[in-house]
Amino acid sequence: MYRYDEFDHKLVAERARQFRRQVKRRLSGELTEDQFKPLRLMNGLYMQLHAYMLRVNVPYGSLSSRQLRKFAHIARTYDRDFGHFTTRQNIQYNWIKLEDVPDILEELAEVEVTAIQSSGNCVRNITSDHYAGRARDELADPRVYAELLRQYTILNPEFSYLPRKFKIALTGSPRDRAAVALHDIGLRMHRNEAGETGFEVLVGGGQGRTPFIAHTIREWLAPEHLLSYVESILRVYNMYGRRDNMHKARIKIIVNQMGLDRYRELVEADWEQIRDSVLKVPQAEVDRINAYFEPPEYECLADIPDELNDVRARIPEFDQWMSANVAEHRVPGYSIVNISLKAPGLPPGDMTADTMDAVADLADRYSLDEIRVNHRQNLSFVDVRQLDLFTLWKKLKLLDLATPNIQTVSDIICCPGLDYCNLANSRSIPIAQDLSRHFVDVDHLALVGDFTINISGCMNACGHHHVGNIGILGVNKRGKEYFQLTLGGSSDENASLGDRLGRALPQDEVPAAVETIVDTYLAIRLDGERFLDTYRRAGIAPFREAVYNPVQARAVA
Amino acid sequence: MQMIIANRLTDGRVVFMDDAGDWVNEIADGLLLVSRQDADEHLSAAQQAVEENRVVDPYLIDVAADAGRRRPVLVRERIRAFGPSVGLVPQSRGVI
Ligand code: SF4
Repeated sequence: MYRYDEFDHKLVAERARQFRRQVKRRLSGELTEDQFKPLRLMNGLYMQLHAYMLRVNVPYGSLSSRQLRKFAHIARTYDRDFGHFTTRQNIQYNWIKLEDVPDILEELAEVEVTAIQSSGNCVRNITSDHYAGRARDELADPRVYAELLRQYTILNPEFSYLPRKFKIALTGSPRDRAAVALHDIGLRMHRNEAGETGFEVLVGGGQGRTPFIAHTIREWLAPEHLLSYVESILRVYNMYGRRDNMHKARIKIIVNQMGLDRYRELVEADWEQIRDSVLKVPQAEVDRINAYFEPPEYECLADIPDELNDVRARIPEFDQWMSANVAEHRVPGYSIVNISLKAPGLPPGDMTADTMDAVADLADRYSLDEIRVNHRQNLSFVDVRQLDLFTLWKKLKLLDLATPNIQTVSDIICCPGLDYCNLANSRSIPIAQDLSRHFVDVDHLALVGDFTINISGCMNACGHHHVGNIGILGVNKRGKEYFQLTLGGSSDENASLGDRLGRALPQDEVPAAVETIVDTYLAIRLDGERFLDTYRRAGIAPFREAVYNPVQARAVA
Repeated sequence: MQMIIANRLTDGRVVFMDDAGDWVNEIADGLLLVSRQDADEHLSAAQQAVEENRVVDPYLIDVAADAGRRRPVLVRERIRAFGPSVGLVPQSRGVI
């Protein structure tokens, strides 16, 4: 895990002191709300429906147990005993008092965590594969480069007043678990023909009211050029981004309006000027950062499929959990364990202070002190000895954190929606709760298999509804909450945007509609097909018929 | 009927203007405004409270009486008045 150096410490401490003075000036009336708003946003502080909300970064999703304990402490001391993990690997606190924020930022700085650039028109928290450094299919740990980019973009004046917010995601694996094609810049490691590892650079992806899948602006980029190339993309964006219209200000609009080729020309021309400048990353610097991400000292163990299979055969519940929540590790004898924050009926991503403390204790004991936050609003332990899996499962179960539903119908992404968010059109959490209570039969979850349901409470799409296999968007029709379904979205390496199913439905019809979609899939899927495969083969028609013309659909079937 | 809702500057909590021009946490304690003129006058007073750094973003909401209880007409304002309809810890103070 990356540890701050003296520069980081100094910068973060100075920033916390600066914000303390700004809050003081706001409370004394020296600053008006209009003057203060941009300052608070630069420190992750929003005003939501009920209170101030503080968004705290978890860079590239990696947390130590010490940091998680601090999150618990903040929740207990300054909030209502819980926090909410978001789709950007951050944590949000919903009930923060303005007067407490300076103390909170100082407390967070003690464990090397900040809220800097978690909002505003700047480069936001840089996200990554939550299996980074541990995945079996990975070429290299992307967090090294995520950290390099974090250091380069943090408080960089050139990127502090961009036309709009700017999101970067990286993956080191061919299997994309970080939704990189839905980011302003997505970076995917792969090998070129000479066998060298570098990045495919994608640009102009994004969700919100005008969603786009990112385009490849460069097939292969040597890692030493990462900063200069990103800088050139940002420079062109800074120059051409529409500052006059916030709905057209994201890079995706510019890239799609001017065309990828033209954007590429501008970037490459700029890059020619700076590619061999001081921005060229010295290998020594990569090595220095790499040292922080060195894998821990693993014990020399072997995989133990036989022992595990014995227990799995005896205890079906453990077997279900192993199948759904446990992933392969690159080191023999170890596994990755996904911790579901989606028990039936609970708000996705929410976690109480006591549970955070308990998870931090388990991470100390069973995951070499490391926890990851993923964009599907779950946590992962990335270094679990297979010998400990059964014990860990029992302990997670006691905490209601072992629902075997990772990447299934009840592993729902859900934004805060109208229960908290100032911009919302409708609630979203109650829909997630209805669905997770509806799909409780774990055998059925396993039968349905790989599935994503993503819910947003408005067009801003924080709940990634465009890329859910089933996307659910809350809309407001004459003062009433309705829900618009889309099908066929995906955020993986073959990302796609969902298609609109039909007219929006009232809340009480959503679970039945989702069930109908799932049943239709089960009825028409071919061997080995995931929902997405069936959808791509059969199209939307059978699902539309089944949801909106049930009688006719049955007659045809 | 209308009421004036805002966020308190210091802690961001939802507050309602009362008949003394103070800001109270409970919708039941806030001032009901029945005429247009009344509403406009009190909204000006609320703007004054913004300038005095007591509240942020005050505005008028429509409120109906429901079985003797005040209930904002829009779901958004009901959620603001009564708290989130969901939560790991109980939060709502009324029926959304
Ligand atoms: S999608 Fe809309 S409702 Fe949901 S958190 Fe984002 S802005 Fe708020």
